[in-house]
Amino acid sequence: MAHSYTPGLTVTDHTVVHRRRMLPLPGTLLVQVGDRVRSDQVVAQAALPGKVFPINLANQLSVAPSEINDYLIKKAGDAVAIDEILAENKPLIKWFKTEIRSPVAGTIESVSSVTGQVLLREPPRLLQLLAYLDGTIIETIPQQDVVVETTCSLVQGIFGIGGETSGEIVMVVKAPDEPLTPGHLTPAMKGKVVIGGSFLSADAMTQAKAVGVAGLVVGGIHDEDLRALLGYDLGVAITGTEQVGFTLILTEGFGTIPMAAKTFKLLSAHAGRKASISGATQIRAGVIRPEIIIPQGDGQARRAAQPQREGIRRGDPVRIIRDPMFGRIGEVSALPPELMKIPTESEVRVLEVTLSDGSTVVVPRTNIEVIEGAWAT
Amino acid sequence: MTVSASTPPKIDRPLNVIVATDCGSTTTKAILIEKVGDEYRQTYRGEAPTTVEAPFEDVTRGVLNAIAEIEELSGRKILDGDKIITPCRDDKTGVDIYISTSSAGGGLQMMVTGVVQNMTGESAQRAALGAGAIVIDVLAANDGRLPHEKIERIRSMRPDMILMSGGTDGGAVTHVVEMAEYIAAAEPRPRFGVTYKLPLIYAGNKEAQPQVRTILENKSALVVTENIRPVLERENLAPARNKIHDLFLEHVMQQAPGYKKLIDMTGAPIMPTPAAVGLIMEAIAKREHLNLIGVDIGGATTDVFSVFDGVFNRTVSANLGMSYSVSNVLAEAGLANIMRWVPLTIDEQTLRNRIKNKMIRPTTIPQTLDELQIEQAIAREALRLALIHHKSLATGLKGVQQERTISDVFEQQTSGKTLIDMLKLDLIVGSGGILSHAPRRIQSMLMMVDAYEPTGCTRLSVDSIFMMPHLGVLSTINEQAATDVFVRDCMIYLGTCVAPIGQGKDGELCADYEMTWPDGKTMKEQLKFGELRLFPLESGAQATIKFQPAKGVNMGAGAGVAVTREVQGGVVGLLLDGRGRPLLLPADQPGRVAALTKWFDAVRLYPTVK
Repeated sequence: MAHSYTPGLTVTDHTVVHRRRMLPLPGTLLVQVGDRVRSDQVVAQAALPGKVFPINLANQLSVAPSEINDYLIKKAGDAVAIDEILAENKPLIKWFKTEIRSPVAGTIESVSSVTGQVLLREPPRLLQLLAYLDGTIIETIPQQDVVVETTCSLVQGIFGIGGETSGEIVMVVKAPDEPLTPGHLTPAMKGKVVIGGSFLSADAMTQAKAVGVAGLVVGGIHDEDLRALLGYDLGVAITGTEQVGFTLILTEGFGTIPMAAKTFKLLSAHAGRKASISGATQIRAGVIRPEIIIPQGDGQARRAAQPQREGIRRGDPVRIIRDPMFGRIGEVSALPPELMKIPTESEVRVLEVTLSDGSTVVVPRTNIEVIEGAWAT
Repeated sequence: MTVSASTPPKIDRPLNVIVATDCGSTTTKAILIEKVGDEYRQTYRGEAPTTVEAPFEDVTRGVLNAIAEIEELSGRKILDGDKIITPCRDDKTGVDIYISTSSAGGGLQMMVTGVVQNMTGESAQRAALGAGAIVIDVLAANDGRLPHEKIERIRSMRPDMILMSGGTDGGAVTHVVEMAEYIAAAEPRPRFGVTYKLPLIYAGNKEAQPQVRTILENKSALVVTENIRPVLERENLAPARNKIHDLFLEHVMQQAPGYKKLIDMTGAPIMPTPAAVGLIMEAIAKREHLNLIGVDIGGATTDVFSVFDGVFNRTVSANLGMSYSVSNVLAEAGLANIMRWVPLTIDEQTLRNRIKNKMIRPTTIPQTLDELQIEQAIAREALRLALIHHKSLATGLKGVQQERTISDVFEQQTSGKTLIDMLKLDLIVGSGGILSHAPRRIQSMLMMVDAYEPTGCTRLSVDSIFMMPHLGVLSTINEQAATDVFVRDCMIYLGTCVAPIGQGKDGELCADYEMTWPDGKTMKEQLKFGELRLFPLESGAQATIKFQPAKGVNMGAGAGVAVTREVQGGVVGLLLDGRGRPLLLPADQPGRVAALTKWFDAVRLYPTVK
C-alpha cells in the first residue's frame, strides 16, 4: 500500500520561501535577478486595457448599419474626449439634427458596419505589482513574472480573508487560549499585525476595523460572525479579494479553538518584527493557504534543511481536525496497519494520538493533520 | 494518445489486461481489469493523491503512484520506471492498454453564448455540459445585462474555452456578430498560460461565419463547426461536442502540468471525467431501454445525467458538493432544509462551524454517528438542489411552434417542458463517495429516495467503488469489457422503492397491497400514511406487487386505480414508502425528530446507540 499522507500546515522558524509575482497580462519588469527588494516595492507593471463601451450608432441615428461610416465624425483609432461628438446626421432642417456624443474619454476601438456598433475604450489603467516580501529576485520571465526569495519564519493558517499586507507583529494576549477582545485593540495597533489567541468576536472585528489594524491572526472565529463581516454566506473557500478593512488569518478553524502552542510560541518570539501576510485561501485544485512570513534580517537566503516527508510517523505532532475532538493537539503514538471499524461503522485506517494530558485517542488517519516544521526541534 | 477525441482509435490487438485511471481534483483512482475466462472483471484498485499542484506539478506522478498500489496488491509488474509496460509480456508483466479520464485542475470550464437565452443559449449550454464541461456563464443578447457588463464579464472570467452559438442557418446575423464583437473587445484570457490563445468554437448561424472569422480569428484559436440549432425545431449538438473534446485535448490539457506526458502514455484519448460517466449512463439506458437518472455527487460538484425516451441530458451543479462546496449547500439550501433531515437537536452556531470546518478540511470523514447523520442530511439537500437544476435544463426545445387541437384547450402546455417525469423513471444510479461508501447500503438508498422523491416503482443502484469514468472511456475502445465489468463489478442494485402519490394523515390508509414473493408465497397487507417498510428481496430476485391505492392516491395509473408491477430486488430490498408525495416533514422540531427516528429505525438506517 502506498503511504498515506495527510498534508499539514507548516509552522517553522527557519525556511526559504519563493513567491512568484505574476502579471495578469504581459507588461514590464522593473527589477533584475539579484536585486534586493522590499515588500512595498513595485517589481513589475502592466497596462490593463480600459473598459469598453459599445454604442449602437445605427439605432441611435436610425440608419442602416452599413451606412454609419457616412455619419461618423471620428474614425477607428481616433482619440475622443468625454462628450465629444462621435457622429451626427445631416438633416435638411437643423432642428432635426442628432448628435451622438461620447460617454467616456478614450479611443474608438472599432466600427462595425454589420451591427452598426462603435466600441469605445477607456485609457489603459496601470497595474503595479508589489514584491510582497523583503527578499531577493532570483528568477524573471520577461514581460510576465519575477520570483522573490527570502529566508524567513513561516506560519501557514488554515483559512483567511483579505489580500496581501505587511506590518509589525504585536502580541496582545498572554496565552494561546485567551480570546482577543475589543479591549486589546488600541489606536497603537494601527497598521500592525495583531496576534490573538483562541477566538475573535464580532465586536473585536469591528474594533479592529475602527483602529485600522493591518491584519489579525487568531485560532478561530464563529461562522456567523464571518457571515456578518462579509455580508454574505461564504459558499466555497476561495478568498483573498475581500475588502473588510483588514486581513484575517485563522490558524485552527471555526469555533473557539486555542492557537497551537507551537504557532503561538513562534509568533511571540518574533513580536516587533515585520511580517508579510496574506489571507488568500483556495481549498480546491491548487491549494493556497493563508500565510505569515517573517523575513530574517540578513537578507541572505540560506537553505534550510527541509527533510522530505515520507508519510505520518510515530512522534509526529498532529492536530485533530474533526469532531468530537476537533482542535486537540497531540503526538502520534501508534499507527496500526489494519482497518478499524469506527462508530459510524465505516472501516478505515486509524492512528492513535497521545494528547497533552497523557490520554490516548484513536482517530481516522484522514482526520488529523501533521503540524509541519522544525520549530520544536 | 494524440488522435482526435471524437474518433477513438481502432485497436486490433487483444485487450486482456487493462489499467485505467481517473485523475480527480484530489485523488487519482486506478483500476485493473482482466479477462477471466470469457468475461472481463475488475480485479484490483489503487489510489493516490493527484499531483497536478506543487511540489510535483506533474499529473503522471499520481498516476504512477496509484498504479504502483495495484502492482503491490496484484503482484503484476506494470511499471518499468516511469513507463507503463504495454502490451503484456507474460502472465505477470505489463498491461495491454492504459486509458484515463481527468477532471483535475477544476475540470473543463466553459463560457457559452447564444442569441436568445432559453433557445440557442440553452442549446449551447447543453452541448457544453454534454461534453463534460462546467458552464461558468451563459451570455445572450437578451440576458438582461448591458453590453459593457457582458464585456466585463467575459474579461473577468477565465474560461478554458468559449462556445459561441446563435441564430438559425440563414437567419439574421446581427446579434451573433454583435456577440463576436463583445468577445473580441473583452480579449478573454485563458485560465492557464499567459501566452496561448483561448480556444473558441463557433457553432452558430452559418451565414455569419465570414464575419465571425474576421472579428475573432486573430484574437482566439477559432474553430468553426456546424450550427447547434440549424432550425428552431432541431438541435445538432454532436459536432460542437466533438470539437469541445478535441480542443480539450489539443489546448486545455496541453497546458495542465504533466498532461503532455500523460497523453503520450495513454492508448486512447483522455476524456473529461463527466463525459465518460455520461457515456456509460447513456449506454445503460439504451441497452436496457430504460428511463434513468444518474448522479455523481463529488466533493466540489454534483453531476446529474438523465435519459428519458432516449434523450440524454447532463448538468453539473458546480458548487454543490460534499467537501469543497459543502458550505455552499448550506448557503443554497438554508439551514432549515438541512436540519429537517437530522434526527437530533443541534444549535445553529455549532452546526455552521462544523460545516465550515469540513469546507476548510475537505478530506476529513465523520467519526461519530451524529456527524454521519449531518453529512448525509447535507447530501440529501445537495442531491435535491442538483436535480432541480437538472430539471430546468433537461427540457424539450423552447421556441418551437406547436400544433394544437381543440382537445388541448384545457391543457395548454408551453414548449420547453422538462423531460424529467418521475412516474416514467425506471432507474436511479448513484455514484460518488457519500453514496458509494456509505457504511450501510440502505443509507445510500434512503438518501436518494428522500432527495428525489421517486413515485410509482423505481429501481435504485450505486456504483460500487466509483469506476464509471474508467468504464466510460473503456467503452470507446472495447464495449464488451466495459459492459462486463459494469454489470458484474460496478453496478450494485439496491432494490426498488414503491411510493404512491398523495397525502394523508399518519395512520390513514394509503394502499392495500398483495405481494407474491419469488418462492410463490403471498402476503396481503396495508400500507399506512407515514409508514416506511423494508422487505428483504435479494439481488436478481423478483416479486410481484399488486397495489390498490386508497381514494385520491395514485400509483401512476390514476387516483385509486389498482396497479400490478414486477419489482426487482437488491442488496437492500424492497422499500414501501407511505410517507406521501410530495414528501412533507412535520414542521415542529419534536414531531420531525420523532418522525425521522421512526423511519430510520424502521429500515435500520443507523446502528443503535448503546
